[in-house]
Amino acid sequence: MRSVRVLVPLMALALSTTACSVIGGDSSSEKPASDRVVLVTHESFALPKELTRKFEKESGYDLVVRASGDAGALTNKLVLTKDDPLGDVSFGVDNTFASRALDEGVFAPYAAALPDGADRFVLAGDDGKTLAPVDSASVCVNVDDAWFADKGVAPPTTLDDLVKPAYRGLFVTSGAATSSPGMAFLLATIARYGDDWPAYWTRLMANGTQLTDGWSDAYQVDFTQGGGKGKRPIVLSYDSSPAFTVGDDGTSTTSALLDTCFRQVEYAGVLAGADNPQGAKALVDFLLSPEVQAALPDSMYVFPVDSSVELPADWSAFAKQPTDPWQVDPADIAEHRDEWLREWSDVTSR
Amino acid sequence: MRRILALVGLAAVPLAVLGVFFVLPVSGMLSEGFWVDGRFDPGAVADVLTRPRTLRVIWFTLWSALAGTTVSVLLGVPAAHLLHRRRFHGRGVLRALLLVPFVLPTVVVGVAFRELIGEAGPLGFLGFDGSAGAIVAGLAFFNVAVVIRAVGAAWESLDPRPAEAAAALGASPAQVFRTVTLPALRPAIVSAASVVFLFCATAFGVVLTLGGLRYSSIETEIYLLTTNLLDLQAAAALSIVQLVAITALLVVTSRLRAVADPRLARTTARPPRVSVGDWPGVLATVLVGVLVGLPIAALVVGSLQVGDGWGLGNYRALTTGGSRDALLVPVTDALVTSLRTAVDATWMALSLGLLVAVVVTRRSHTRAERRVRGLLDGLFMLPLGVSAVTLGFGFLITLDEPPLDLRDSLLLVPIAQALVALPLVVRTLAPALGGVDDRQRQAAASLGAGPLRTFATVDLPVMWKPLLAAAGFAFAVSLGEFGATSFLARDESPTMPIVIFHLIGHPGAMNYGMALAASVVLAATTAVVMLAVERLRVPSLGAF
Amino acid sequence: MLTLDGVSIAYDGVPAVIDASLRLEDGEVLAVLGPSGSGKSTLLRAVAGLEPVTTGRIAWDDGDLAGVPTHKRGFALMFQDGQLFGHLTVARNVGYALRLRRTPNAAARVRELLELVGLEGYGDRLPATLSGGERQRVALARSLAVQPRLLLLDEPLSALDAGLRERLANDLRDILRAAGTTALMVTHDQEEAFTVADRLAVMRAGRIVQQGDIAAVWRAPADPETALFLGYARVLEGESAGTLLRAAGLPDDDAAVAVRRSALVVADAGPLAGVVVSARVTPELIRLVVEVDGIGAVDAVARLDTHPAAGDRVSMVVDASRLAVTPTTS
Repeated sequence: MRSVRVLVPLMALALSTTACSVIGGDSSSEKPASDRVVLVTHESFALPKELTRKFEKESGYDLVVRASGDAGALTNKLVLTKDDPLGDVSFGVDNTFASRALDEGVFAPYAAALPDGADRFVLAGDDGKTLAPVDSASVCVNVDDAWFADKGVAPPTTLDDLVKPAYRGLFVTSGAATSSPGMAFLLATIARYGDDWPAYWTRLMANGTQLTDGWSDAYQVDFTQGGGKGKRPIVLSYDSSPAFTVGDDGTSTTSALLDTCFRQVEYAGVLAGADNPQGAKALVDFLLSPEVQAALPDSMYVFPVDSSVELPADWSAFAKQPTDPWQVDPADIAEHRDEWLREWSDVTSR
Repeated sequence: MRRILALVGLAAVPLAVLGVFFVLPVSGMLSEGFWVDGRFDPGAVADVLTRPRTLRVIWFTLWSALAGTTVSVLLGVPAAHLLHRRRFHGRGVLRALLLVPFVLPTVVVGVAFRELIGEAGPLGFLGFDGSAGAIVAGLAFFNVAVVIRAVGAAWESLDPRPAEAAAALGASPAQVFRTVTLPALRPAIVSAASVVFLFCATAFGVVLTLGGLRYSSIETEIYLLTTNLLDLQAAAALSIVQLVAITALLVVTSRLRAVADPRLARTTARPPRVSVGDWPGVLATVLVGVLVGLPIAALVVGSLQVGDGWGLGNYRALTTGGSRDALLVPVTDALVTSLRTAVDATWMALSLGLLVAVVVTRRSHTRAERRVRGLLDGLFMLPLGVSAVTLGFGFLITLDEPPLDLRDSLLLVPIAQALVALPLVVRTLAPALGGVDDRQRQAAASLGAGPLRTFATVDLPVMWKPLLAAAGFAFAVSLGEFGATSFLARDESPTMPIVIFHLIGHPGAMNYGMALAASVVLAATTAVVMLAVERLRVPSLGAF
Repeated sequence: MLTLDGVSIAYDGVPAVIDASLRLEDGEVLAVLGPSGSGKSTLLRAVAGLEPVTTGRIAWDDGDLAGVPTHKRGFALMFQDGQLFGHLTVARNVGYALRLRRTPNAAARVRELLELVGLEGYGDRLPATLSGGERQRVALARSLAVQPRLLLLDEPLSALDAGLRERLANDLRDILRAAGTTALMVTHDQEEAFTVADRLAVMRAGRIVQQGDIAAVWRAPADPETALFLGYARVLEGESAGTLLRAAGLPDDDAAVAVRRSALVVADAGPLAGVVVSARVTPELIRLVVEVDGIGAVDAVARLDTHPAAGDRVSMVVDASRLAVTPTTS
């Protein structure tokens, strides 16, 4: 009798370990390596379920997605595990990290057939032999047009403008050391000012620029058009961001300054030492297929590399891509990243 | 000798888990730093330690963690008195709500804090944003619940008679507290403080978000060095600093925690109602309420904002997937994933923690035995003090070969979370277990009760509440854990914090609103679960 | 039958019990008497299986107990302060071991036990509501419930006040006799030992210095220190011892002699004489300290109707039954 009462909680515990836990749940039955293809990617990876199912059906492989961390963490993970890769194929290494991955021999050669217009995104020095460009998104300074119209002030247009007294205390950006767009912005200023970039940053900080940890803090909290209705009308964001601030009247309240942009391109490639190289290649091709390319804007907030794909209505109306963004040679980035970030940290925390 | 063997036998399972999931990965990462191109080269590591920036980082980490701990203890101890030794309406709800910060992803808390103290926020005039003060407030926000829970649990079972005796001898309430209550609570307070210190010293998001990038702690520096720069030498150097500092901390706290007679008399007295003399507790609870409540209120308000008006649109969007399918999965699925992971992490942390607590609190017969126990005690605290990044990368490079080919395992996430929760569980259980008079166990054994029966008769009645508290902690840690979870491989089923992170990381008023709404759902779920756990009573368990 | 053979126990290399050997026959009550710190409690805990034995052997009926855990020894241990389970009622405390063994009719047995210890009707009370004596009675009943083959008593009465202790010691003896229980009791109180036990072992500094029938030990302490511990007031040696023994009509063979406080009785024309140093009246007799010629200061008693005062010269006779001849320390 008594022991029965003791047993009840124990049974509850046992039950909880079977029904309500990960262990107890029916874990996806592990298939042999040749029947599945493992995609190693970053946290932001997302595609509609129908598309991934379609891939599985057509290719005959089970798709296993291992998504974690940001592009930097992803790259360094791939480098650290290159002798025993985490999967068969990777998506998400961008042009600021790609050189390091290539230098370390993370990827195996695979020259995928690229869609129309993708040629302009291939990585300099690789030329599409290893990494296939999948999407691009440019990091640009965004302004709140409504705010400037309201104040009767002309919004800035160039990097030079940001250090002018007229825009004092109006700019918020995420830090280069802690965020990928922040790093891209630093690269844009390096491309624009060359070795004088620290002087520019000194003036930028002196002009009341606010630094935040990540993009969400800058945009959602401090930007006047962000979710939190902040106080700063100039923010570092993406070229696609104006498509998300369309008001009831059908016009966007913000715009991207196309002279301030640095383009980030994300690549996919077959991992060296993959268990299933055939599946990996199939997945790279899949990412370049028209259906996936068309789904990219809504799923991952990026532009497809395929120029023939039709963009969502808001995107074609308000998300303008820069024609001639600032560029830094990927090899230079790999070589100087450490040094630039240290100097940047010194300048901004002074 | 036989006793030491038995001791090691009892500790074998936790030790094995710790060895595989902590010692192995961390030493793997450290050796990456020390061995450059296959050659042992400690020079680079030593070099990092002499950089002025490194010293600045270490200094900031120490003082901010110390400040965060101090504030947490100063607020937490009086609040624990009110919440655990006094009776008033809504006490249970309040206790459950105070655990909510634990589960909120830092990115959301950062946003919530900055909505309050940022230049556009209602408290913007304080100029708090980006200051060290904001960091300390953030640290206290996350950790005050630890102090309240751990100290409260000890306080609840404290015999009130010595205090009454002191009062009868003419001691004022303050004197009673200082001379009788505080010494009795010291093990619990020191325990809680050491855990909080570790949490503070390894806080990541709070320092970055609230410090406006002006401050770097060891943890943020390791993150930057490892994930961004792949400078493993420097990361290894800082990891060594972390390990050394934590070891020093553990040695100091184990000294402070020791008391001449840890035996606590258990009481079943009904707590009295709140009276005028409880003003310190009331004041502290109000302050904690403000500290914890304001950011949460900011979240709730934000989640109810739709366009320029108010409504439940953001919550409705959570079930439908939102415009443009912003959600990776329906939020209900993510919630289920989170809860299931949390159940796993909780039972893992509880069973490991209980074993460890039993091992470290049993009376030692020899000095060698005592030393072994002390060593084990400290060993299980270490995971809390080592960077999640080091651990995460370590998993990837060490757990890749059979029989330990675990890096793709679904269990990795709950295990990592259980390791984070383990020190909390041990620190909650150990004071209660240590407070049991060993002769009670001997009396039971001499009457014919085996070890399990003895445990059920003597320890469980005392342990029941601390066990619940520990379960609550472990559950909350797991629900809110983001660092390890986001770092380790996930399947197609993301947890709530990851969904929230995904939402808030993209532009669009809808995404922002949904992120806040999802945070509120996560917080509410936690509060409800905690409340249910507190209500759960199994009287027969202790009545055998 | 319990046998201890050359048992030594050490903490961290510091010996607590040294080479202890004991035998305890079935149905016998043995008291281990010793001052605090003498190692007697450690010895008891070793028998209970709570302390590991460093060397030597503890056996029950020739079965070595070395590998047998406490709960399988079939002994019961009763602590100085009872160690009742605070969350269980008196009846559930007493019935604890019965429930462990799923004994049928446990309730009746519990009632019987409570009656045995004189606590009828206390079954539903919680330990916190009992007095110290009542708690010890409950602890005793709990220990006796399953008729342990050996009952271990760790200072069972020393937490109680004097009057209660005396009464409970008598009760304890009666209860143990009635139940035919084999018991090993440790105590520092000789009165308690004399009341409850049949046999006595005296422990000092970790060693058993003497053991035997209680009256035999009493009559012949093994050495002067034992004599003092057994309640003898003084131990005389050398010339003083000789003088006293001769006065008692005993052979004077260069031994030490232990003297109880009532060994010298004031009487006319006794063989000893001396000057009263102090006198104190008690309800039954007058206690004196007398500077006896050829001996020195010793205790003596006088009947209440005599009135010796300090400075008076008195003569005394010796009650030989209150002397114990022991080997000298040298």
